[in-house]
Amino acid sequence: MTLHVEVLMPDRSLWSGEAGLVIAKTLDGDIGVQAGHSPVFGILSPGSLVRIREVPGDDNPGDVVRLAVRDGFLSVTDDRVSVLASSGQLSGEVDVAEARADLESATTDAGSSAAAEESPEVRYARARLRAVGEQA
Amino acid sequence: MGAQLRAVRARIRAVKSIGKITRAQELIASSRIIRAQQRMRAAEPYARELTQAVEAVVSRSSSISHPMVTEPEAHASAAVLILTSDSGFCGAYNANVLRESARLRQRNDENGTATTTYVAGSKGIGWHRFRDIPVEREWSGFSSQPTYADAEKVATALLDAFSGEGEGEGEGEGGGAGGSAGGGAGGLTKVDEIYLVSTEFVSMLTQRPAVTRLLPLEIAEAPESERPGGPLPSYEFEPSTDDVLDALLPQYVASRIYYAMLEAAASELAARRRAMKAATDNANDLLDRLTREANNARQAEITQEISEIVGGSNALAEANAGSE
Repeated sequence: MTLHVEVLMPDRSLWSGEAGLVIAKTLDGDIGVQAGHSPVFGILSPGSLVRIREVPGDDNPGDVVRLAVRDGFLSVTDDRVSVLASSGQLSGEVDVAEARADLESATTDAGSSAAAEESPEVRYARARLRAVGEQA
Repeated sequence: MGAQLRAVRARIRAVKSIGKITRAQELIASSRIIRAQQRMRAAEPYARELTQAVEAVVSRSSSISHPMVTEPEAHASAAVLILTSDSGFCGAYNANVLRESARLRQRNDENGTATTTYVAGSKGIGWHRFRDIPVEREWSGFSSQPTYADAEKVATALLDAFSGEGEGEGEGEGGGAGGSAGGGAGGLTKVDEIYLVSTEFVSMLTQRPAVTRLLPLEIAEAPESERPGGPLPSYEFEPSTDDVLDALLPQYVASRIYYAMLEAAASELAARRRAMKAATDNANDLLDRLTREANNARQAEITQEISEIVGGSNALAEANAGSE
């Protein structure tokens, strides 16, 4: 039993394929989707990371695809998972230097450190760094 | 060379170069139309998923009182977004869209609804400026290759007007004077409805101007079993239906506008291809006729020269014969 996963952007499809587990963060908290999950439509937490794995569980071989999402939704129906990202980047597309620079400027823009925690820009820059396995 | 022949040859040169230009335009449009159709296909899955989700939310809970879903109590003012092209050479494409928008404006006037106009594409902007119709906001520069960012820009302006929030930037000539009724002093006109006038891409040969209402959503009360895409999924919404709807609808509007822009771009290119093909064919026909005319003129010149020579030599011969 596998899930059919599609990662969609408004102007193109970023990735599609079979997977065993999708881990995402909605406004309600972390959600893990495996085959047989009940239909859910959730708002993804702004600036969060969506991870798609071949096999369920925390063991290797690890994530097939990691996606940093600026804004988006998660839709689960009948073993089909759609990640709808109005803006987002796959781990392969992330420019580390650019993400770092964005993180710097977004942190400065936010002002206080408490505001920086809330700022979607800061969180999106961090999610992009985490997508490529960088410290953030 | 005679004067007539010279004139015809000059026309042939002119028609030839016009034909070259229209032929080039036709080829450019043909190659771009394929990419435009690919972009439409690429954008389709996202638009479909969002539409399905919106339908699911709205159909599931009958008690929704979201302003973007419920029918407005008063139709005091309506925003109309008109999608036209930036460049001409595309036959009646813009005229069709603008005629449709004029009809909508007239219908609004009859119903006592003030129309606030939003225009994308320089042809539409020029059309409104020439007729002194105030335009609330205008955009141009992306008609044949729109990006999602362009659509988002347009969607934000429309959603601001719908919610009555945001800055009244009023880049257009008319500023915020678009709606006479309900227009706040210097502020943004709050609109009750948003219409979209654009062109539907039916096929390479057929494009149809169409008016659709973006907001509030028109909910089709079709029975579940008769839906074309099968029954809607019985979603559980996180965190709640209201929150999901709040987040979903702006994205939905942006996505609808984006898809309409892509369709309009494909339609524009198809219309241009057809218009330019007709122009090239006409130029070739004209060229055939002019070539024949030029040949006639040349032949007439030769005939005249020959008869002049023959006449001249005859006269000489007669004169010589007379003197002997």
